[in-house]
Amino acid sequence: MDLSAINPVLLVASIMVSATPILLAALGELVVERAGVLNLGVEGMMITGAVVGFAIAVNTGSPLLGFVAAAVAASALSLAFGVLTQFLLSNQVATGLGLTLTGLGLSSLIGKPYEGIKSPTLPKLDLGPLSDLPVVGRMLFSHDIVVYFSLALVAATWAFLKYTRAGLILRATGESHDSAHALGYKVVLIRLAAILYGGACAGLGGAYLSLVRVPQWTEGMTAGAGWIALALVVFASWRAGRVLVGAYLFGGVTVLQLNLQAAGADVPVALLSASPYVVTILVLVVISARGHHGAPAALGKPFHATS
Amino acid sequence: MKRRTLLQTGAAALTLATFGGTAALAESHGPVTAGFIFVGPIGDGGWTYEHNQGRVHAEEHFGDKLKTIYQESVPEGADAERAITQMALSGADIIFTTSFGYMDQTLAVASKFPDVKFEHATGFKKAENVGVYSARFYEGRAIQGTIAGRMTKSNKVGYIASYPIPEVIRGINSAYIHAKKVNPDVEFKIIWAYTWFDPAKEADAAKALIEQGCDVILQHTDSTAPQAAAQEAGDVITFGQASDMAEFGPMPRVSSIIDNWGPYYIERIQAVMDGTWESDDTWDGIGAGMVGIGDISSAVPEDVKAEALAMKDQIAAGDYHPFTGPLKKADGSDWLAEGETADDGTLLGMNFYVEGIDAEIPQ
Repeated sequence: MDLSAINPVLLVASIMVSATPILLAALGELVVERAGVLNLGVEGMMITGAVVGFAIAVNTGSPLLGFVAAAVAASALSLAFGVLTQFLLSNQVATGLGLTLTGLGLSSLIGKPYEGIKSPTLPKLDLGPLSDLPVVGRMLFSHDIVVYFSLALVAATWAFLKYTRAGLILRATGESHDSAHALGYKVVLIRLAAILYGGACAGLGGAYLSLVRVPQWTEGMTAGAGWIALALVVFASWRAGRVLVGAYLFGGVTVLQLNLQAAGADVPVALLSASPYVVTILVLVVISARGHHGAPAALGKPFHATS
Repeated sequence: MKRRTLLQTGAAALTLATFGGTAALAESHGPVTAGFIFVGPIGDGGWTYEHNQGRVHAEEHFGDKLKTIYQESVPEGADAERAITQMALSGADIIFTTSFGYMDQTLAVASKFPDVKFEHATGFKKAENVGVYSARFYEGRAIQGTIAGRMTKSNKVGYIASYPIPEVIRGINSAYIHAKKVNPDVEFKIIWAYTWFDPAKEADAAKALIEQGCDVILQHTDSTAPQAAAQEAGDVITFGQASDMAEFGPMPRVSSIIDNWGPYYIERIQAVMDGTWESDDTWDGIGAGMVGIGDISSAVPEDVKAEALAMKDQIAAGDYHPFTGPLKKADGSDWLAEGETADDGTLLGMNFYVEGIDAEIPQ
């Protein structure tokens, strides 16, 4: 085994790229769940974002437009979930699962003509002197704009939930929708807005997969990333900062196992391949053993003003 | 059950009719139906794409006399049995199952439909109505290995492998032997992806190899994701896998192995039409045209290109076998003596690395 073959600088750089899709999707779902809604359709919204983002980027030649379109398309899909669960009071778990199945089917339909096509990729952001710094320049300051956007979004989500009045109202809705309603807040509209935001974030995450990380469109390409994003929210006990830690940890183990194989590490390959999932399960066990989960009290409970 | 019996009787009647002799009689029973089971989407740009091209060629060749049906992205393993059964029930006369992992499922379904012909790609188990076919991809790997050994500057060649099965191990060995022959310092880094098709994973694997200094990436997975990763990295060369992947040339893709299934499919479907189909074992290479070598791009120096093409001609003519001794196994034991060539039995069951590959095959 030759571990010196693994270059830590490049390793960190690829971990950042590998973690970005799930980070974006998990941040969106975090806000949705903080508002008291459980949307299990992340996978479906991600893959819809992946295919629509790819299609628009190919047709317009602009990856940024692709990202915008991905966000719009995925939140349009989440609107269906919002209407069903918030106005028609359907079961959130079943509706969310339905959303995933719809997204997977819809995306392979839309994506047929785009298989095997190359897309314009997002250029690396030129941060001037920062990118030229030794070690950290390559590690941290030579990524594309979406990586930095996702990091900024972590800070923004944290600040929004902790310091702003709107964030407080959103959290109140998630903890006790009856109290929020009694105070005169429009619970259903607040939740709908959160659902749309969550959809947009999942769409961006999906588009990052098809436009940057791979980059190409193939059927079923999210391969379970949406479910990992859902697990991350629980893993992070509904805090933005911990979502970042979780996403980078998961991305890190994924990339590290491939690097270990290439370096000839004497560990069974099957175990290495399973390691990201094993680590996720372990952390979830540790968190639930500690007792306090930090889950919003009204998570997944339907609300109607007359009840 | 009734439906199945009915179809079996129908198929038996058709076979009888075709055995009866005249082509006119057979034609009066309508077109022959050929079914295809694919492991990935036909738009993967690689393995499944080429099988589908073969299907399209057969359709063009036979016109009205042939109807084809296919199913994409059928998972290997238990669920494949359902898909193959479904295809047999819907009236296929011959079914091509186009991935190694359908082997036992193909045999299981074939035993229930004795009058349907089955052709399993890259497997090694036959039956009365199950034939096997594959291509000698290792011949193409020998040429890739030569180009890789000549062109690598870091002397590190990355190999994205799928599953540890003989077909894949053969490819690694053949590429390694020929890279080593022209460049004694060459070293192979192998990643097992445990998938035929997962673009995100293939891309990550390619990036990991490139980051560890590999400037040549060989792949035995089906998507073009590693090509895209190499293109982004810049100074890395790749080879098209299963399909030409010409859209990534002249750099990073400098050449390719192209699977050419069309003529074989036409021949076997014709045999079904004539009633002369028999279970057999086809394993053709460059010589028979089943393995094509894609255009060697301008990024390859002229002398290397000439060397590669000379080897291609020698292999095609049968003058050179890529597994020619002296060769030792990785555990140091003798395998082939000076001038001895490997027999097909050993190649079909190959489960060892040749000497010099510093890695273990996962069990």
